[in-house]
Amino acid sequence: MRKLLITALLFATTLMYAAPKYGGVLVFGRSGDSVSLDPGHVTDGESFYASTQVYNTLVQFKNGTTIMEPGLATSWDISKDGLTYTFHLRHGVYFHPTKFYKKRDEFTADDVLFSLKRQYDKSAPFNKIGGAYRYWSAMNMSNIVKDVIKVNKFTVKVILKHPEAPFLSNMAMDFASILSKKYAMSLLKEGKADRLARYPVGTGPFVFKKWIKDDRIIFTANENYWGGKPYIKKLILKVITNSSVRAAELKVGSIQVMDFPNPAEIAQIAANPNVKLIKQEGLNVGYLALNEEKVPAFKDVRVRRAINYAIDKKAIVKAIYAGFGKVAYSPIPPTMWSYNKNTKQYNYDPAKAKKLLKEAGYSHLTFNIWAMPVARPYMPNARKVAEAIQAYLAKVGVKVKIITYDWGTYLSKTANLEADSCLLGWTGDNGDPDNFLDILLSAHAAQKPAQNRAAWKDKKFSALVAKAKVTTNMATRTKLYKEAQVVFGNQAPWVTIANSLVIEAVRKNVMNFKLDPMGKRRFNKVWFAK
Amino acid sequence: MFSYILKRLLWTIPSLFGITILVFSMVHLAPGDPAIAILGDKANKQSVMELRAQLGLNKPLYVQYYIYMKNIAHGDFGRSANSNEKVMSEFKDRFPATAELAIVAMIFAIILGMGAGILSAIKRYSIFDYAGMVTALAGVSMPVFWLGLVLIYFFSVKLGWLPVSGRLGYEFDIEHITGFYLIDSLLTDNIPAFWDALKHLILPAIALGTIPMAIIARMTRSSMIEVMKEEYIKTARAKGCSRFQVIFIHGLRNAMMPIITIIGLMLGSLFAGAVLTETTFSWPGIGKWLVQAVYQRDFPVIQSTTLIIAVIFIIVNFVVDLLYAFINPKIRLS
Repeated sequence: MRKLLITALLFATTLMYAAPKYGGVLVFGRSGDSVSLDPGHVTDGESFYASTQVYNTLVQFKNGTTIMEPGLATSWDISKDGLTYTFHLRHGVYFHPTKFYKKRDEFTADDVLFSLKRQYDKSAPFNKIGGAYRYWSAMNMSNIVKDVIKVNKFTVKVILKHPEAPFLSNMAMDFASILSKKYAMSLLKEGKADRLARYPVGTGPFVFKKWIKDDRIIFTANENYWGGKPYIKKLILKVITNSSVRAAELKVGSIQVMDFPNPAEIAQIAANPNVKLIKQEGLNVGYLALNEEKVPAFKDVRVRRAINYAIDKKAIVKAIYAGFGKVAYSPIPPTMWSYNKNTKQYNYDPAKAKKLLKEAGYSHLTFNIWAMPVARPYMPNARKVAEAIQAYLAKVGVKVKIITYDWGTYLSKTANLEADSCLLGWTGDNGDPDNFLDILLSAHAAQKPAQNRAAWKDKKFSALVAKAKVTTNMATRTKLYKEAQVVFGNQAPWVTIANSLVIEAVRKNVMNFKLDPMGKRRFNKVWFAK
Repeated sequence: MFSYILKRLLWTIPSLFGITILVFSMVHLAPGDPAIAILGDKANKQSVMELRAQLGLNKPLYVQYYIYMKNIAHGDFGRSANSNEKVMSEFKDRFPATAELAIVAMIFAIILGMGAGILSAIKRYSIFDYAGMVTALAGVSMPVFWLGLVLIYFFSVKLGWLPVSGRLGYEFDIEHITGFYLIDSLLTDNIPAFWDALKHLILPAIALGTIPMAIIARMTRSSMIEVMKEEYIKTARAKGCSRFQVIFIHGLRNAMMPIITIIGLMLGSLFAGAVLTETTFSWPGIGKWLVQAVYQRDFPVIQSTTLIIAVIFIIVNFVVDLLYAFINPKIRLS
């Protein structure tokens, strides 16, 4: 009887919760402010948190996944040679009328041309306004895109310079957001082009209202959103720098979703009956890169393997990631397609490490290990990880000194390959393995400033990754990437450490909030249970 | 008097010039490439090159300095390397928040600090004296961010009396006139918003004002003890002045000199404290912004903001000097 009652109750609750309700104000507490609301000019996640509410892209990731779905393009065709992408645009979509721009302009091919061409075509309007198009360069887009052509009002063709399979995923990234050409041109005419970065007009689920710098950005629901009217009425992104203060705000209920809770405080936050934790495996990896160019010993694969065997990654993940991470064996995270679980695993074996070092003639190796000064999801406390590695390596006769710099210096010096070995990590941009394997480990990425901080130039690996890049067939690409991971495993240029879990603390009544592997925060499907 | 003011003003020009050279060389000599600092983990060869070109970092240092000075002479403080917005407009967005907090914190520090100092001085070795001075000692020794967190925990989370952080509740919207929420809300007759803004100010003002308060209290006490020993105080008492007159007119006024000096100088530490207070209380001011700029090697922001703060500092100390003459006519401004 009691069981039945509980079941009935559970069923009733599910029913009650199943029907989303409209209304309410959601305050999202985050650690920093947006730099700019023009997604073309920035690379930081905090900026995209805001711009992604206002803007859409041609294609997009299905909420909470890396699966591609239609956005402002309802469908797309790829030519056989992989050089032409034809996007068929959605009809009847309008840019938001706002207080500062009252017109309601229809979304057309002109807007797509404007948004993309400004980022590479020197003669295009807005090419010289607002500074460099940072992500466009970061994704090497100028070497990929040859031209963007309007076929008719609702059809756009993108011609590539060479076949590049990750191109479609790139079009789902925030920097490829579609801005209103008419709005931008009207600003230009009034001599207020700068305002494009501060007063966004988009087609997305939320309409921009107000931005108080370093304080809050206010949005209201777009009642006419093509993807369905958002459930919440108002969305506020609030900057609360200190994580303990963010936790206090969540506790008193003045914010409903809390970004980046401090792992050390998670247990305390979760103890509150009004709070729940949302977890998602992050699309990231934390690693120690062994720089071959700086330390000759690292050129010997036996030394690299020995260092891998000497470090107890399981213990590090348990102690320093506080359980919010998993030991990584491959440079790409397990949630990514083409992940190869048969990549060689180096489990803790100090005896084997010693033996390998002796064979290689490096029984008394000494080098520096650089520890990042900042916490990142993939590396919550680099200093502690470095200390643990130092202790493990000491056991096999390797002496290690820990070095650190401020973040900017750290990044530039390691990119200049000045570090013997460095702790770093990566969060995926577009859900494509190319975005990890090519950018971080291929031979061309070892040119200074190098993303390939191991300066590892393996011909076989680089050839596999380069081939996968120009192949549009998914099955073939998967095979190539799996093979590349095997090469990586055998050659061990990094000590892969962990893939972290991304955790968000939310009030219990916040329903249907999903974390996004690409790090976006989307609120249009979120609703409040009363 | 007029020639004194003019002379003082002229003297600020070489100091400001010195400041620009100092700050310029400091930011440029410090290691770290701004382009990489801004692009973060996403920096690659091309994006770094483009951003360096945009920021003018490819030019020789003296050319960069020349361009910077030329622009400042034209009233152009440059654009933030990070957001590409005009430094002056970013500064204007945030400065009122810092100024409002600093002023309220200073009022809190002066009233409480001087009150405690006077009380300690006239009731020397009493329970008030000991309590006041122990509190003052604790005040100077307390780290601002820690005090901030304790205040939040106690008054906002446990008691629920005051908001946790921020400058204004979500239900309020204040029209921008001066940027000072207390003033703007009154100007627009928005009384509920005024009370809410005031509530938000209390904890950060206490956190920021505690150190200055403690210093003022100690300074007031020692200065008052010194003055109260003077012969003219005896004379004042002998001629039958009331206790109030003796303490405030004859005593405090003469004890004010060192107190005013310390208040003027404290402005510097107030900006330093503002960095920590603003971070703890998510106060959208310039302190937090400047620290961010330093981390990101945002040269234009660091250079111009430091210059503006230096100007403010010079102005305040100038006003303090003028106040001397007002308080103590013995000092002639010549």
